[in-house]
Amino acid sequence: MASIWEYANPRKFLATTDVVLPWVTALAAITLVAGLIWGFFFTPDDYKQGSTVKIIYLHVPSALMAINAWLMMLVASLIWLVRRHHVSALAARAAAPVGATFTLIALATGAIWGQPMWGTWWAWDPRLTSFLILFLFYLGYMALWQAVENPDTAADLTSVLCIVGSVFAVLSRYAVNFWNQGLHQGASLSLDREEHVADVFYYPLLVSIAGFVLLFIALVLLRTRTEIRARRLYALAARERMGQGAAG
Amino acid sequence: MMPDLGKYALAVLSAYGVSLVLIAAIVAQSVLRARRVRRELEKAEARHRNG
Repeated sequence: MASIWEYANPRKFLATTDVVLPWVTALAAITLVAGLIWGFFFTPDDYKQGSTVKIIYLHVPSALMAINAWLMMLVASLIWLVRRHHVSALAARAAAPVGATFTLIALATGAIWGQPMWGTWWAWDPRLTSFLILFLFYLGYMALWQAVENPDTAADLTSVLCIVGSVFAVLSRYAVNFWNQGLHQGASLSLDREEHVADVFYYPLLVSIAGFVLLFIALVLLRTRTEIRARRLYALAARERMGQGAAG
Repeated sequence: MMPDLGKYALAVLSAYGVSLVLIAAIVAQSVLRARRVRRELEKAEARHRNG
């Protein structure tokens, strides 16, 4: 049986994702469109929240992926720090803009949903605040990759930043359980049937979440492929510069 | 076909609008950068092969 570390080889990764990526992309598009159409057009209004409940099909999946994208980056960063596989560092880098976009969607839809329900766009609630800090960590992480020219040094520094930021990724998920104050309600999804939303909202929400997960996978695969090529481009450019320097 | 969103129509539609624009933006940026880097790498590799 093939070892998972084989995919740390850039050539093997490119060859495998060349086959996998079109399928994941197609599945992501179908699932996301199905989940959002089901949620928007074919679910009833909530007796308390009216039609704003339809925002759940964007808000919950994007918030879930905002946190999980950072956790995926954490795992990839740890692999880089321990095993020095370039593909894992590049996968972490590739995931950051996607995670930041999902965080921004969660913040924006939360504010739009909060205004009619809570009477305010924003509150310094534990979950909202930790989510905003998570977004700032995403921006800082991307800026750090851009700021350091040597790719290995950049991977080292961003990996450490990722470990620090994981505190806020975890807080974003569990802040609501740690502190009782705050406007944000508990989780919409739970293994306990009594705790999660009614079935009529729950099933389209699951499809929508699957769509966001698949979209994240498709985008990270595509962007990791790009980062591998960009790294090769950087190496060739460095070699050309050295050649010109030696000739001059 | 369009559901009656009542007094929250603006909130619901703007949430969908903002989200879909952001998703479209990250997809477009990812695809365009992938194409550009691939093109640049092909050129650089051709230069490298030809010395």
